[in-house]
Amino acid sequence: MDSRRILITGLSSYWGGRLAQALEREPAAQAIIGVDSSDPRHQLERTEFVRVDTRHGLIRRIINAAAIDTVIDTRLVVDPLTAPLKLAHETNVIGTMNILAACSGSESPVRKFVFKSSAHYYGCEQDDPAFFSEDMIRPHPPRTAIERDIVEAEEAVADFAARNPDTTVSVLRVANGIGGDLHTSHLALLSLPVVPSILGFDPRYQFIHEDDIVGVLEHAVRHDLPGIYNAAADGVLALSEVVSLLGKPLLPLLPPWGTGFTAAQLRRLGLRIPVEMVRQLRFGRGLDNRRLKASGYSFRYTTREAVLKLRAQQRLRPLLRSGAESYHYEREIEEFLRWSPSVQSAPDRGQGVWRPSAAQIAQLERTLAALRPSDAADSPASARAPLPSYDDLTAEEVIEIAASLEASALAELRRFEAANRARKEVLAALDRNLARWRPSSAAQ
Amino acid sequence: MADPPEQHETAGEHETAGDPVADGATVELALNDLRRELPLAPGDLRQFLPGLEPERQVTDWGRSERVEGLVDRTLYEFLYHYWFRVEVEGVENVPDHGGALLVANHAGAVPPDGAMIGKAIREEHAHPRPLHLTMEPSFTGFPGVGMLATKIGGVPAHPANVHRLLFDERQLVLVFPEGRQGAEKRLRDRYRVRRFGRGGVVEAAMRARAPIVPIAVVGAEEAQPVFARLSLLRRLTRLPSVPVTSPLPLPAKFRIRFLEPVWTDELGDAPWEDQGLVQTLSHDIRALIQENLFEMVAARRSVWLG
Repeated sequence: MDSRRILITGLSSYWGGRLAQALEREPAAQAIIGVDSSDPRHQLERTEFVRVDTRHGLIRRIINAAAIDTVIDTRLVVDPLTAPLKLAHETNVIGTMNILAACSGSESPVRKFVFKSSAHYYGCEQDDPAFFSEDMIRPHPPRTAIERDIVEAEEAVADFAARNPDTTVSVLRVANGIGGDLHTSHLALLSLPVVPSILGFDPRYQFIHEDDIVGVLEHAVRHDLPGIYNAAADGVLALSEVVSLLGKPLLPLLPPWGTGFTAAQLRRLGLRIPVEMVRQLRFGRGLDNRRLKASGYSFRYTTREAVLKLRAQQRLRPLLRSGAESYHYEREIEEFLRWSPSVQSAPDRGQGVWRPSAAQIAQLERTLAALRPSDAADSPASARAPLPSYDDLTAEEVIEIAASLEASALAELRRFEAANRARKEVLAALDRNLARWRPSSAAQ
Repeated sequence: MADPPEQHETAGEHETAGDPVADGATVELALNDLRRELPLAPGDLRQFLPGLEPERQVTDWGRSERVEGLVDRTLYEFLYHYWFRVEVEGVENVPDHGGALLVANHAGAVPPDGAMIGKAIREEHAHPRPLHLTMEPSFTGFPGVGMLATKIGGVPAHPANVHRLLFDERQLVLVFPEGRQGAEKRLRDRYRVRRFGRGGVVEAAMRARAPIVPIAVVGAEEAQPVFARLSLLRRLTRLPSVPVTSPLPLPAKFRIRFLEPVWTDELGDAPWEDQGLVQTLSHDIRALIQENLFEMVAARRSVWLG
């Protein structure tokens, strides 16, 4: 990992907080700094939080003072549910412009810029391709305010990438995220007891699990991914399939004509269906995620698995609602824990409640990765017996079995025997049997 | 055979060098080789196609095996055997595996010919394969119609869709290259094959390096004749055309002739760049279908009895 000093803009957004938590475990990350205009909502160990809006002068000072080499921008508002439209425009367009301005310049220490964008960039039209790939230009001009914002922000990022060829710029176009901790208009829709749809349409939906969004952002920090990447899980489901996986009925409540008007009426009743969602409920959208997979990222969940996980979380929610205590950021406490000389010099630091250090966790993860069964299959033949309870078999029994084995198994057995006990009569019998296979393999 | 210590060493090397990225890729590659029986170059994105999830009811294209099977067993079965009494020639010209672009003549509003070609491959071919039928994208915007068409194997006619199906997923794709001109063809113009758009169909096959199988269908252009078109209703509904036609398809006798495949993989490095070649091939295929249509129409005695 080349990124050592990291700045996360939008630390208080769900993505910023989760990403900071993930990066804290990485010992190579020397400094993690988060900026946002409101307090973080995730408990963080060593991330430093600076409350600042996106005025570029201030951010530039932070970047230069802390010698930031990687900036991850997770602020983009892609759902009108999370912010009023005017504020969304301010954040998406003006904010992005300011942050890019803070990163640019020949003396800027920034070497990598990761921008979390959205699949809303592509829009939803009836003549869309079934799978958008990254180099497709959207066929129609943006239709909604949010789409316009996203297109404008991406243009600014592309412009920045062209002007700063030494900086690795990654743009991640993320599909609709789902998961128990997210609040989006699609999740609001899917958590209704009966899911409304447009009569006569069964749109194709592709989701991405919240853990995978964090995983993709982390992947972009760890590896160099210049360019644009679609982030969407494998598998595109029809809405009817999504809803049946959630164990709910689908109700074609919205008429095919005058959908926008009906959605506006429903908004008065408390059901918010934004314009982007109406379009998606009509035409759906699929993304081609192969470029991201080719870059080495493997998704933890397919769309179907993410939906099934959402179902489990939806069923648990009534039980968890009362018990869960949300995190509140208290500046004094956080600063005391990070900087107080008493905490720094405490002799039994971390002994009261044992908490592994970042280096220990990394070590543990490496050990676990080494123990994974997929790796065990690749390990040398000498490490593992080719037959179950091979060591218990006598030489005669092995010779008897060898007659019924195929060439590859025989070869493996021979390697194992030679490496371990190397009984002469067994080796001879195996060679005899191997010789029996040779002519047929030559014929092939 | 290598002696044990050396074995051990190379394996150890593999373990240290095996970063998760490369390992994941090789595992994927191995899986894909099994699935498609064809080695892929490392940079080929085809190895990253999503894996199969057997529990799924609907494919990534929105095709539902359940709905398609139901329609196939009831409506198509009846139409194929009793209503249109389909006769098939040369079905072996459809390749057993790999992508192939099927190109057929077409007239009329709602296409029973596409469904019958798909049924013919399922019924008569030695290796029955699913057929993806491209449809006018404006159909997908029409409530109900687009949804059902997608469920039974329709795919919006977009060059990227055709390319993914042919090249990446190696499927059979049926196109009616006459496009809207075909759908608007009047009864008096039947079996006169219109121009093939701008040659996009041939270009798509060239890019995917997939063979083109021309198909001549007789009967379909009389099964649902277009007597006139209503332009006012068309503008109101935003459909490509609103034809005055028979409410039910008429029981014309269908004959489907699959012609020899035209191979596009030996035309050079990037034959699609050569517009002259694209147009020539497009014209040749059109002429081939036309010739066979005339021959078949001349040989039949009756529209209804064949």
